[in-house]
Amino acid sequence: MSEMVLLVAVTAAQAMLAVAMALALTRMIRGPRAQDRVLGLDTLYVNAMLMLLVFGIRTGSTLYFEAALVIAILGFVATAALAKFLMRGEVIE
Amino acid sequence: MSHAAELPLWAAILVALFLLVGAALALIGSYGFYSLKSFYDRIHAPTLGTSWGTGAIVMASMICFTVLQSRLVVHEILIGIFVTVTMPVTLMLLGRAALYRDRAEKNPDVPAMDPAPGSLLASEEEEPAAGPDAAAP
Repeated sequence: MSEMVLLVAVTAAQAMLAVAMALALTRMIRGPRAQDRVLGLDTLYVNAMLMLLVFGIRTGSTLYFEAALVIAILGFVATAALAKFLMRGEVIE
Repeated sequence: MSHAAELPLWAAILVALFLLVGAALALIGSYGFYSLKSFYDRIHAPTLGTSWGTGAIVMASMICFTVLQSRLVVHEILIGIFVTVTMPVTLMLLGRAALYRDRAEKNPDVPAMDPAPGSLLASEEEEPAAGPDAAAP
């Protein structure tokens, strides 16, 4: 019983996160300007991080947590650097 | 999902509820990001997924592993804290960069300069004699 509840919920959550990633990716590809693309990448990596957490619940292993943490950290650095680049035209002055 | 059979029913229902809430919030945020019109509207939408979307899924993961391993597993809260702390910084940087770019292109949709300090709160009665350029919003 609890296995079925969890299986349905995890599958639905993964489907919703996949649709969310697809929407973010579409906006990242279409996005009229550079800041839209950067924000699309930001949304995409947050959704991917949530997807990895859901994968961790699905498989019952804590390995995915570390991957999600690495994605969160690298995504923050990437978005901050890209925003700085949009602002100044160079990352390190 | 063999490990899920070891989960008691109340924990499974709680985990399922948090998972669905978090994923739905992330989906709503991404849909708003996809469908809103201007960039300054769009920048608000993904915060739905980064605040309570992340919070709910982290909570589900914490409950699941705490019950499975029958000890307190709270290291997932690192992700929650990290995302909560860094996302406003990122979005402020990105919003300022977009505003800078729009102003550099003289885009008519954005104000040409920042309002003077306090001019949004203190309107006419405090500074009635301000110049016409200072009165612009």
